[in-house]
Amino acid sequence: MKTALPFREIDPVGNKVSITFGGIDLMLPLGENLAGALLVAGVMPFRNTPVSGAPRGPFCMMGACYDCLVQIDGMNVQACMLQVSEGMEITMPVVGGTADA
Amino acid sequence: MRKVDLIVIGAGPAGMSAARRAAQQGLDVLILDEQPAAGGQIYRNVGQANAKRSEILGKDFIHGQTLTKGLDHANIRHLKGAVVWQIEEGTRVSYTQNGIGAIVEGQRILLATGALERPMPVPGWTLPGVMTAGAAQILLKQSGIACQNAVLVGSGPLLYLIATQMVRAGVPPLAIVETQTKADLAKSMRHLVGALRGWSYLLKGLHMLWELRRAGIVRHVAATDVAIEGDQRAQAVVFITGKTAHRIECDTVLMHHGVVPNTQAARSIDIPHQWDAAQSCFVPDCDAAGRTAVSTVFIAGDGAGIGGAKAAALMGEIAALEIAHDLERLTKTDRDAATQDLHKLLATERSARPFIDAAYPPYAGAIAPADETIICRCEEVTAGDIRRFAGLGCLGPNQTKAFGRPGMGPCQGRYCGLSVSQILSATNDMSLDDTGYYRIRPPLKPVTLGELASMDVSASEG
Repeated sequence: MKTALPFREIDPVGNKVSITFGGIDLMLPLGENLAGALLVAGVMPFRNTPVSGAPRGPFCMMGACYDCLVQIDGMNVQACMLQVSEGMEITMPVVGGTADA
Repeated sequence: MRKVDLIVIGAGPAGMSAARRAAQQGLDVLILDEQPAAGGQIYRNVGQANAKRSEILGKDFIHGQTLTKGLDHANIRHLKGAVVWQIEEGTRVSYTQNGIGAIVEGQRILLATGALERPMPVPGWTLPGVMTAGAAQILLKQSGIACQNAVLVGSGPLLYLIATQMVRAGVPPLAIVETQTKADLAKSMRHLVGALRGWSYLLKGLHMLWELRRAGIVRHVAATDVAIEGDQRAQAVVFITGKTAHRIECDTVLMHHGVVPNTQAARSIDIPHQWDAAQSCFVPDCDAAGRTAVSTVFIAGDGAGIGGAKAAALMGEIAALEIAHDLERLTKTDRDAATQDLHKLLATERSARPFIDAAYPPYAGAIAPADETIICRCEEVTAGDIRRFAGLGCLGPNQTKAFGRPGMGPCQGRYCGLSVSQILSATNDMSLDDTGYYRIRPPLKPVTLGELASMDVSASEG
């Protein structure tokens, strides 16, 4: 029986701040890696691909694969290359929209 | 435009040690690195590691602090979160930091861009919950995040290292599914005597295996037909050993079958590359000091061929001394005196590598994937598509782009390039060198118009 989320902080630190992902309120540790913090919060997938709509989440965690793309302030950005800041409003990238990166 | 003696791209072991050595020789050094802290991937966030993380990650990781501390030098400026997207004339580097574009000129450039995980295309590898083993390590190093209910899949000592770290973190992996065979081990034996010079690595390997056995970690070896099952996310790993079919339910699958040089920056300036059969990857042409065909550009570390963190640091120092000599801050005699010992240490560091490469080769099923397996994750192009393009007369990776867009998504071929070259090579029965690789063009990473518009090419501060 599974009792835990797939990802767990082993040494929780830091102040939590409120952000939203797809309109849902989340409390994430300030300054932490955004992709990691979203994984711990149980967010998955991060996006659906523009080609087939397949779900995707973080894969490389080092800014190379672009599978953790999310949309912030209208721009597609790599969640693994960002840090959590207060009030971030995050959505999944628009599929079939104008943004393609 | 800001001008410096040396621009170092990447703040991993090679970049950090090169910057320190160059600064000590009086060079004005600028480091551009994408991450918010120095360390690269191997020493990610090492400067911020607390006691608990240090205990889990081990002494070899904490050793990286000597390198990060070395950056505290008056001649070194380290720009964090700086994403390089173009190199021109072997001297000019364009980058973005905090949403602002900038350009800087260096008399010399050192590419210390490290390695990427070798792509491991198997059915289901694009599902959420499937990550590289390196990604799991980054989560642990950077954020103290552990993967629960995880299975490690592939081959190589990194799998053992991550597994031991997971054991120490209190979240042991459910199993390690290893693809190397007894025949691989037999082949590696001819390198064993040479590897004894690198005995400390062999000893570490044995110790990790002992630690995993003691922790009761299940290891499956010589696994074939590896696939990941799941609908909206990974739910199980399936594979075959001997005549037995296995299925392990899990939340996370961590894949690894070696790392390969990250050649994007070097290729973008047309530095020639050769296929390295022993390491099964392309490596850039450079001399013993790391100098490339573009005489002002050097490469050090795993980006010049996989050797590991210690070798990378030594290569960084050697390149820095050569550059200091180029710029007349060091005589030839002094350079030679300083590099002689470094070359000896480097040879010792590399001595275990042929044994490791032979004992843990890439997983055959991911080098020749089944037709339905996705190769290009971004554009969702399958192995069957690539073979079909070959059948239509497509000889090289660049041509495949016109046929079906592989390598044209946001990752720009980083996680499909090797696979596309290898599938074309096998299908067309052409050598890897004749098949070649994608032509990499700037921008190396996406740049917005706003970032371009913000560039002030005449500014003295970058």
